[in-house]
Amino acid sequence: MTTEIDCRDQPCPRPVIELAKALPSVEVGELLAVVARDPAARHDVPAWCRMRGQEYVGEERAADGAPRYVVRRVS
Amino acid sequence: MSSTSEVYLDSASSTPLHPAARATLLAALDRGYGDPRRLHAAGRDARLLLDNARAVVAECLGARPDEVGFTASGTDAVHRGLLGLTAASGRDGIVHGAVEHSAVLHAAAWRPSPAHASVPVDALGHVDLSAMATSARASGVGAVALQAANQEVGTLQPVDELDLPAGVPLLVDAAAAVGHVPLPRRWDALAASAHKWGGPAGVGVLVVRRGTRWTNPFPGDDGLDQLGGFPDVPAALAAAAALQAVLAEREEVAARQHALVDRIRAAAAALPDTEVVGDPEARLPHLVTFSCLYVGGDEIVSALARRGFGVASGSACTASTLEPSHVLAAMGALTHGNVRVSLGRETTAEEVEAFCAALADEVGRIRAEAGL
Repeated sequence: MTTEIDCRDQPCPRPVIELAKALPSVEVGELLAVVARDPAARHDVPAWCRMRGQEYVGEERAADGAPRYVVRRVS
Repeated sequence: MSSTSEVYLDSASSTPLHPAARATLLAALDRGYGDPRRLHAAGRDARLLLDNARAVVAECLGARPDEVGFTASGTDAVHRGLLGLTAASGRDGIVHGAVEHSAVLHAAAWRPSPAHASVPVDALGHVDLSAMATSARASGVGAVALQAANQEVGTLQPVDELDLPAGVPLLVDAAAAVGHVPLPRRWDALAASAHKWGGPAGVGVLVVRRGTRWTNPFPGDDGLDQLGGFPDVPAALAAAAALQAVLAEREEVAARQHALVDRIRAAAAALPDTEVVGDPEARLPHLVTFSCLYVGGDEIVSALARRGFGVASGSACTASTLEPSHVLAAMGALTHGNVRVSLGRETTAEEVEAFCAALADEVGRIRAEAGL
């Protein structure tokens, strides 16, 4: 089960802020996804994972075609 | 000197006129109005000033006077240089580093070619030279573009180590580097911009080495003498005077700036969740870029402006498009919360200390307001 945050219409850096805020709500080893149309999220979600020591799983598409970035909590 | 009390830390975008340029410009404004192609006294006077400007710029850049042309801007010099190389070769393909100035990317996009290639960079912004050499060997490649230094993160490119096949010319975009660091020596064409070194805006420089196949890619006569029409003779002479003055003081200014930038790099790195971007050593002396997690680029730039510091940002929310900086993206760096600081020749240690204190305050405040 992946926890999903909807940041479709949020400008940068809001999707990454929401991602950071939601991280404690998932267990270590579980997946967390953020849906964001903001083009900076494509670069900033992987950069956040690198800086915060989390695992970037990859980019998918939500049902409506919006980019969905998946992260695994590892710490 | 400044018309505001702002501490201007954006010299990489544009620099105030160097005092030497100002004096020369004022003197030349009254003399340099004639058409340098005419044989009357005013024309011969303008020709004298233009040839003088060209000779000074040539000597400063390690070229011959007849290899130097003045353009409307650095962007114009890159466009004319690169597209003139491909036009002369009959091969439209351009191989370039992924972090080149948008002038290079736009020149490539203007003449689509299956041989175009963007060569990746590492996390510090260094172009992969062996990948670049391999791409340059593909059929249809007419020119290679590699910058001397990066305009956003300051990383120097090891241009002289690039091994290109015979017949594929190299254009070096030196706009960010001129006046700050020694220039690469192995190039066929070089582009620069006077307002980045303390000359007036509206003066770009295109140097094409003798023996390089280059033709004017835009309407008009061939040759470097009147690129883009009637030249601004006083501005070209002022640009030359500024370049000469800047190079004379370069080592002293660069050493001072290098130490001040080290101080800013340390202060930024000490902030939580902040990443300093670019090569820490092989870099421009006066420029540093860092990105702060959870901070909007527009927020931090506006907050620092309210505190009296003028800085730039490569974050999307501060750019004319919604796309973040292609330089930061290519390096895998954080694109939001980005701040680029570029010192002037007179920036003081006291100003840098005050900036570092304001930065720490404002980053902390913005994060607290975001609930982090």
